[in-house]
Amino acid sequence: MKPLFAALALTTALIAPGLALARPVTLTTNLSDYGGRGAYLAIYVTDPSGAYAGSLWMAGGKSKYYKHLSDWARFTAGDVAQVDGITGASVGAGQSLELTMDLADALFDAGYTLHIDAAVEDMRDSPNEIAVPLTGNGAGQPVQGRRYIADFTYAF
Amino acid sequence: MLRALHRWPGLLAAVLLLALSLSGAALSVFPAVERLGTIQPAPEQSVADLAARVTATHPAVEQIRRAPSGRITAYWFDGDSAGAAVIDPATGQDAGSADPSALQAWLSDFHRALLMEDAGRWTTALGALAMLVLALSGAALIARRQGGWHRLLAPMRGPAANRWHAELARAAVLTLTLSYLTALWMTASTFDLLPTDEANPAFPAEVSGLTGLSPADMPALAAVPVTDLRDLTFPYPGDATDVFTLTTASGTGYVDQGTGALLAWETPGPWTRVGEWIYLLHTGEGAALWGLLLGLLTLSVPVLSVTGTLIWLRARKARPALPGIVRADRAETILLVASEGGTTWGFARALGQALQQAGGSVHLAPLSDFAPAGYGPAKRILILAATWGDGDAPASAKGMVERIAATRPHPTAPLAILGFGDRSFPAYCAFAERLEIAAQQAGWSMLLPLDRIDRQSPQAFARWTRALGDAIGTPLDVTHQPALPLGTVLTLASRRDHGEAVQAPTAILRFALQRRGLLDRLAGRGLPRFQPGDLLGILPEGSTVPRYYSLASGSADGFAEIVVRKHPGGLCSGQLVNLAPGQTIRAFVRPNPAFHPDRSNAPLLLIGAGTGIGPLAGFIRANRIKRPVHLWFGARHRFADFLYETDLADWTAEGRLTTTTTAFSRTGNRQHVQDCLRADADRIRALVAQGARIMVCGGRDMARGVHEALADILAPLHLSPEGLKREGRYAEDSY
Repeated sequence: MKPLFAALALTTALIAPGLALARPVTLTTNLSDYGGRGAYLAIYVTDPSGAYAGSLWMAGGKSKYYKHLSDWARFTAGDVAQVDGITGASVGAGQSLELTMDLADALFDAGYTLHIDAAVEDMRDSPNEIAVPLTGNGAGQPVQGRRYIADFTYAF
Repeated sequence: MLRALHRWPGLLAAVLLLALSLSGAALSVFPAVERLGTIQPAPEQSVADLAARVTATHPAVEQIRRAPSGRITAYWFDGDSAGAAVIDPATGQDAGSADPSALQAWLSDFHRALLMEDAGRWTTALGALAMLVLALSGAALIARRQGGWHRLLAPMRGPAANRWHAELARAAVLTLTLSYLTALWMTASTFDLLPTDEANPAFPAEVSGLTGLSPADMPALAAVPVTDLRDLTFPYPGDATDVFTLTTASGTGYVDQGTGALLAWETPGPWTRVGEWIYLLHTGEGAALWGLLLGLLTLSVPVLSVTGTLIWLRARKARPALPGIVRADRAETILLVASEGGTTWGFARALGQALQQAGGSVHLAPLSDFAPAGYGPAKRILILAATWGDGDAPASAKGMVERIAATRPHPTAPLAILGFGDRSFPAYCAFAERLEIAAQQAGWSMLLPLDRIDRQSPQAFARWTRALGDAIGTPLDVTHQPALPLGTVLTLASRRDHGEAVQAPTAILRFALQRRGLLDRLAGRGLPRFQPGDLLGILPEGSTVPRYYSLASGSADGFAEIVVRKHPGGLCSGQLVNLAPGQTIRAFVRPNPAFHPDRSNAPLLLIGAGTGIGPLAGFIRANRIKRPVHLWFGARHRFADFLYETDLADWTAEGRLTTTTTAFSRTGNRQHVQDCLRADADRIRALVAQGARIMVCGGRDMARGVHEALADILAPLHLSPEGLKREGRYAEDSY
């Protein structure tokens, strides 16, 4: 996976000071067998005040469905430019999505939260399916999802 | 060009279209089934009431959705497990499973993407595009065949496969075109090729910060009837900054969870609105009856594929190949053919070969391909035109007179027209004559004056080719003996004799039909299928020229029946009238679609005299649906040549024949059939006003008399036989 810090930095206030201090992080999302079509997943970060900080990844290529990732859509006002260059295919039921990206050290143990919104055609929307604080201790600890995501792990 | 544009996408796409149309037709049933299985809300019920009821049943409800069918689904979380159910809006209780149908999901994935994601979506879009081209080029072909767009809805004639194809296509074309256009729009929308202007209101900067108000007490929700609801998303439990998100038919907005007030509202733009209508029109979701109609008409696509392929194969077979043919824009000689039965093609091919042997390059095509703008260096254009029936154009060349009149002459190539016909018909070579006049008026220079070939005479054709050779400076002398159908041996089964007493020996001859197995059909053995009104060609001993008799039966009757009157000195009629049961003749069938009754239930007026009753009797015998049929029949004497007298009585008793009016010219008040038509003028006008069709069969003088009588009778209705003929309501078969 290409380093994604640049994209994150461009779209957020997380700029230069942390740039030198970045490390590769692996995000693993395992989907459950929910019995439907491929899931759209929006992975994004909020800052300590709960405001949108930036997007990390968008799984699913057709922007007309992004409104069903409703928290992400509300935070970004559906702005497709937020995921420009960090968009991939939707993820099938029972499949897993593994991403490796350089994330700034400043994101960790500083009150930032990683969120995943999920949606599947003809099935319920599942915003904020995952909401996990980014901490050094939390790395490697699987977090359970609610509807489509069996578990999610970030690891250094 | 138009024909090629219709043919190739059709053949290439046939399999794809079969898959898409069958899956589409199957999918069309789901919205109707869902609609039938859905409990509709009371018209006055508000979203506030619904939300309160659902909250009572499922306190952790997160989202309520209403499908276009009216089905309401609620989604909630109990602890960590997600739940969903279809809801009865009146009670808020669960009313069924919310799991999507696996079959429907599979069908819709197949229908829109052939189960292949984006590559499949592009493929199906190409399929829709191909169908669009087919629908439009097909409509243009029908318009051309009918003689203009304004006659698109006029009754159709022609062989069964062509007629089925065209009638079905005409019925379905508008709906199908809509279906393909909407499919293309939806594909464009999926791939973000269209502007998006969905309602996406900005999240409110300030909320009340209060929680705990029951949805029942929220004014913003109370103002919206359930029938307008699309989606209601609840705030996160315990998050006082969150809001209700409400989406209705008219827009999207946010509702404060503490006060129930509307905080923001936005309406979607025109692209989204149009997109919603297009989705509805394509899927029938929200318009179940329309969906069923669309599905039903979509089933015409497989039938059209099969009949279209049959037509193409038949036309291929009927057109003799000319080896060494060159493209129209490179040929010296453009050879165009208008032919109903196909014999004129044989002459054209012989001429083409002779021109090729003399070193020329030839393009051979049906006259309907006429397009002088595309004939680059052509030196001459030759048209061989058969006349069909009573001076009509062959079905494949309908509207050509108007087209030639409207085209600019080729800059270098002059035109020569050769007519093929039968001198015994009053309108001998009339179609070729009309072509010639139209060409002259359009300013074409003529290479040769119009010439006429009587009954496929090889001598006359050779003479014309010599004249052509003189005109173009290439010696030509083309002899072509048209291959006659070998014919099938038919055995006379029975005969009924009339008319000896009035010096007009007439016989109803019934020939046995052999059962044809599949092998016989494939090998072309035995008589092909035929209907009353088709022609039986008979090859008399001692002559190579066939004589044609109207068939008084269809192959479904199990026999071939004709009515023959002995003409003094007539070779064929003499042999036939002397035929004894058990003896045989050689015969073949020639279709005569211009003289078949239409398939409607409108009254049918049959007018005939003498042996002309043959095909009319066949129509009555075949009238199993008991359509009202009225017969006017003229003969010489009630006791001498009242053909089919007992049959007519039986058919009347069975309801196949409604009334019979007879005129006898040698007895009583000595009437002809046109006289009793005039006496029945009021009744005939009433029947014609009901949409009646008229079919006339008999000798040429009788047909002319009937035509005049009907012209007088119909004049008060401001109608004429010619006008009815243009509408396909008047057909004549005279001899």
